Amino acid sequence: MVFEGLHFAVGPGDYLHLKGKNGSGKSTLLRLVAGLLPAYSGTLTWGDSDIAGAAAARSEDMIYSGHQHGLKPVLTLRENMKSLYQLMTGLHLDDETLEVSAEGFGLLRLVDQPLKYFSSGQTHRAALLRFLLLDRPIWLMDEPTVGLDSENRARLEAFMQAHLDGGGMIIAASHDPIGLLGRSLDLDGFKASKVHLEQWL
Amino acid sequence: MHKFANPAKFNRLADIILPWIIGLTVLAFASGLYYALWDSPADYQQGESVRMMYVHVPAAWSSMFIYLFIAVASFVALIWRHPLALLAGKAAAPIGATFTALALITGSLWGKPMWGTYWQWDGRMTSVLVMFFLYLGYIALWEAMEDDEKAGRAASILALVGVVNLPIIKFSVEWWNTLHQSASVMRMDGPAMPTEMLKPLLILGIAYQLYFAVVVLWRMKLEINQRKIDVMRRIAMSDEG
Amino acid sequence: MTKPLSTAAIFKGVVARDIRLAWSQGGTGTMALSFFLIAVTLFPFGVGPETEILARIAAGVIWVVALLACLLSLDRLFQADYEDGSLDDLALSPLGLVGIAFAKITAHWCATILPLIVVAPLLALLLNLPSGAYQFLVLSLLIGSPALSLLGAIGAALTVSVRRGGVLMSLLVLPLYIPTLIFGVGAVDAASMMGNPLPHLALLGAVSLLSLLIAPFAAAGALRLALE
Repeated sequence: MVFEGLHFAVGPGDYLHLKGKNGSGKSTLLRLVAGLLPAYSGTLTWGDSDIAGAAAARSEDMIYSGHQHGLKPVLTLRENMKSLYQLMTGLHLDDETLEVSAEGFGLLRLVDQPLKYFSSGQTHRAALLRFLLLDRPIWLMDEPTVGLDSENRARLEAFMQAHLDGGGMIIAASHDPIGLLGRSLDLDGFKASKVHLEQWL
Repeated sequence: MHKFANPAKFNRLADIILPWIIGLTVLAFASGLYYALWDSPADYQQGESVRMMYVHVPAAWSSMFIYLFIAVASFVALIWRHPLALLAGKAAAPIGATFTALALITGSLWGKPMWGTYWQWDGRMTSVLVMFFLYLGYIALWEAMEDDEKAGRAASILALVGVVNLPIIKFSVEWWNTLHQSASVMRMDGPAMPTEMLKPLLILGIAYQLYFAVVVLWRMKLEINQRKIDVMRRIAMSDEG
Repeated sequence: MTKPLSTAAIFKGVVARDIRLAWSQGGTGTMALSFFLIAVTLFPFGVGPETEILARIAAGVIWVVALLACLLSLDRLFQADYEDGSLDDLALSPLGLVGIAFAKITAHWCATILPLIVVAPLLALLLNLPSGAYQFLVLSLLIGSPALSLLGAIGAALTVSVRRGGVLMSLLVLPLYIPTLIFGVGAVDAASMMGNPLPHLALLGAVSLLSLLIAPFAAAGALRLALE
């Protein structure tokens, strides 16, 4: 995908809402920022340093959650979160932190259940837990509100607001607007096309 | 983005070069085959069947040469993201696989009158067979993915892993053979070959490489044109809204 | 983020997680082991129960079937993580994708290959392997089988985004397995025929070491490609 002339900056306390039609490249842009995709040209900077193509250097500042939840059905929520936490930090996640966070999304009772018994809404909330567990300034969220009922949606928005108030940054791609103050970027305005097409003509 | 990889420029260049190489190829085949079939002696042991060599040995050379070509193209494609290098590998692979198959088939046809059997688990034959499998894997990986760019880079990784492994495979297979079987193997590198035989062999060796150059250029042009069509389709589709 | 990062802890965490998953429901551990047991016992039916023939082919049969069992289990090595999205998380870990690939290969070897090596002497007994060759069967498997996991991981990573990539993966990986097979069986055969198995074992070790140098990088490169 190509985003021509796309430019944005996000600072402490900023919320950026990526909107656009299906296929407009919201997810692609998020994956690009997360460092999962290489940028063919253009720059991506974090602080003063150019970070394009150096995923590991900045992954410690970001949390990304994509379309798929990345949770293992045979493991319990506790096991899933512990292995994720260890994967991202190399540290042991203590049970209390986990339980407090799980409570925040109404998952406390399910903490020792294998993920395969979770409904899709519960699974989605379990996937969002990572934002509460990992203490990182940049949140990259792909469709965070999908499948949430109004109660959990309100919870999520409260957590996001608290994160912004604490000086965090959020870039979220979503169809429906999330009740937060911030800028929005409409990707429909940028002609998203496959990379290096013209050169074949 | 890739100044030196302009496909249109490549097409123009290929069109200039192609008539010359085609001419050279025809010339080399004509003279090579003349020497091979009429102006060289029959072997005092093998008789006329020695002429199989002129088909077989250049094919075996080509199979190795083309694998090396693909490996170099893969390296260039992965390091410099050169789109034409990806296409060069893709264009070369079926030709290489065909030469490898030709080497195996002519080898076994030659083996029947020579050793009385079509197939021996001889080190050299077995390692060529393995190379044939590596070609098939490379081609299959290209076919398996829809995104050409991804498919090509995956296949390039495979080609490079294969090139590291190829000497090991060859070495291990030859060693395995000497352990398990008595050496009933004909060796090309034994007595020096008379020049009347060496001449057609070398000319045909060159002819095969020229033929490869012609076909690989044709196939690359074909690939480029297919992409052109593909891009035009996409543009037409997006104009439809 | 001033806390020093323990990459060793991440590595261990990934290995533990993968071993755990291999032996839970839907994992490949039991599958590969059962395949190994059943496939080896097919050979006496195929070639007849004469003990001399079985003794002659025992090492080859066990090595070939272990290789195929490994191949079967490699199919899911990265694909399961690719399908459920956890490959994204693995790729974003501070450990880096090369380290992750190596951790997952290590876990595969521990969870899937090691059990095969443990039961191999039992199967060798059924196939009447000569008595002096048992320790070399186990030794050759211990030295050579890491190459199976390592080289196989390259194939698994290359085909991770391909639907039903298992067959394609076999086509890519089996030619690369040939040296391991030759030296592995060579060591056991040498031992059972009163020869010297050490050169074979040394070469087997060399193949494994070389695979160790190449495979994590090639697999990580292929995975990065799949994530794009």
